[in-house]
Amino acid sequence: MQQVFKRPVSLKDVQTHFCPGCHHGTIHRLVAEAMDEFGVQQRTIGVASVGCSVFLYGYFDIDVVEAPHGRAPAVATGVKRARPDSFVFTYQGDGDLAAIGTAEIIHAANRGEDITVIFVNNTTYGMTGGQMAPTTLVGQKTSTSPYGRNQAKDGAPIRMAELLTQLEGVAFAARVAVNNPRNLLDAKKQIKRAFRYQVEGKGFSFIEALSACPTNWGMNPIAANERVGGEMADYFKLGVYKDTAEF
Amino acid sequence: MSKRLFVKGNEAIAMAAIEAGCRYYFGYPITPQSDIPEYLSRELPKLNGEFIQAESEIASINMLLGASATGVRAMTSSSSPGISLKQEGISYMAGAELPGVIVNISRSGPGLGGIDASQADYFQSVKGGGHGGYHIVVLAPSSVQEMYDLTMLAFDLADLYRMPAMILGDSVVGQMKEPLIANKRPQTELPVKDWVVRGKGVGEQRVVKSLFLGDGELEAHNNRLHDKYMLLSAREARWEEFETADAELVVAAFGSTARIAKTAIMQARQEGLKVGLLRPITLYPFPQRAFADLTRRCKRILDIELNNGQMVEDVRLSVARDAEVHFYGRPPGAGSLPTPEELLEQIKKHY
Repeated sequence: MQQVFKRPVSLKDVQTHFCPGCHHGTIHRLVAEAMDEFGVQQRTIGVASVGCSVFLYGYFDIDVVEAPHGRAPAVATGVKRARPDSFVFTYQGDGDLAAIGTAEIIHAANRGEDITVIFVNNTTYGMTGGQMAPTTLVGQKTSTSPYGRNQAKDGAPIRMAELLTQLEGVAFAARVAVNNPRNLLDAKKQIKRAFRYQVEGKGFSFIEALSACPTNWGMNPIAANERVGGEMADYFKLGVYKDTAEF
Repeated sequence: MSKRLFVKGNEAIAMAAIEAGCRYYFGYPITPQSDIPEYLSRELPKLNGEFIQAESEIASINMLLGASATGVRAMTSSSSPGISLKQEGISYMAGAELPGVIVNISRSGPGLGGIDASQADYFQSVKGGGHGGYHIVVLAPSSVQEMYDLTMLAFDLADLYRMPAMILGDSVVGQMKEPLIANKRPQTELPVKDWVVRGKGVGEQRVVKSLFLGDGELEAHNNRLHDKYMLLSAREARWEEFETADAELVVAAFGSTARIAKTAIMQARQEGLKVGLLRPITLYPFPQRAFADLTRRCKRILDIELNNGQMVEDVRLSVARDAEVHFYGRPPGAGSLPTPEELLEQIKKHY
């Protein structure tokens, strides 16, 4: 008998608090698999953010520092500069990274910090109950945009992968999704590639992962999953935006 | 005997940080403390350290948080409006029990205020400037030598008690030049940092956090922090007494104001008035016992500050019940620094 599928050793054998149909669990798994494949678990320091992603330390069997809301890239900068031999990644949601933490992500990226950022975009503030996020689509109803996001008043959703691609310090940027097997396999490939940048000291790498939030979207998991591949991927185009290294 | 140097107070802080083993500095330019990042941007790279001019005060305090979580000695510095921005990070560091040194070469406010010497950040510094009910060590140097010595002490106290420590100065002690003996780092016995993140290796996972959601967890955490503050108060309060033995009136003042007060006290002594000075060196923990002991005999205190009355509240809480506490303050701003003659007049008024 040969074992062909098992829990990544970087992931703990526990139940998550994530809602049914949420993609965080899947993205956690892909990150853990990449960690296993590069053998970096034992020298990894994860930086947790604020939101549904805060319990990183409960699911990953790695050392973790918890950052204030939006500040994970600054905390990660301090960690990596003090311990350059460690493998450092942040795991942040869209409210955290694209609203309150905009300055920190842009400047950490612009300095070309040798870290990896996993950015989970589900177009809403999940943990606080589904308020409008910087990534909420135009027309999308949330608890603080009850009439739908109004571009004239609220602006258009921010495309972080494209925005960061403009910066010289960014070595790798990609947007992925895990809503179907094809996208999931590609997501795994790109997360691994992002990790490889750091493992080989090639600079700042950024993954934007589109994610479903059925609870706050008021959808069942299947409809939510479809929305990711539909209107979300129409606006937030999947793909590799920057890939500067030759491996 | 060590050579005497002639340096600015701000430079003394930077020199002391290096002597104390700090190799990581994160900051943002603001008057009147920019000599500190300028000095360290020049010196730290020579020592294989890291200097980052961050995008904001918020980012720099969080870089300090991250570096400190790995166990290294690290520092940030700023001035009042920048320190306001750092309060979020300071609260998180206090909650996660992270050491780290924060320098506030304060300026006058509120708001943009001005760049003149001020003691209006006393409340913010000693009462927990951010949310959640916490304390940090607050040291108030009143000379260039103390800027140096207390910076090294700040690093030691931060490591000993696993909490942030602040140097609270102003442009008087920050910008003036005085002779300095660059003392060696004290040989303090420090606890092993067995809590730092380092990559777990084959050991147990370590987490540096301030979130405690389990039933009773956060209350227990806060009670433990409180016990630590009580221990700090019992052990680490520091103050200077000058001519207090026979004093009929004692001036209470800290930092730059204490220097001016000392001159006024010497003038008063020349006129035959028995006046002394009690100068808190640690603002947190506040030297309560010093005031309690002193006012068992001397019943008259004149508290002088560069604000409209902040430390005086702690003085009132500390003195004997039958002691009188008078206050004289000048809120900060251009032209508001009192002269020794002005303070002598106040001393005579309350003597």
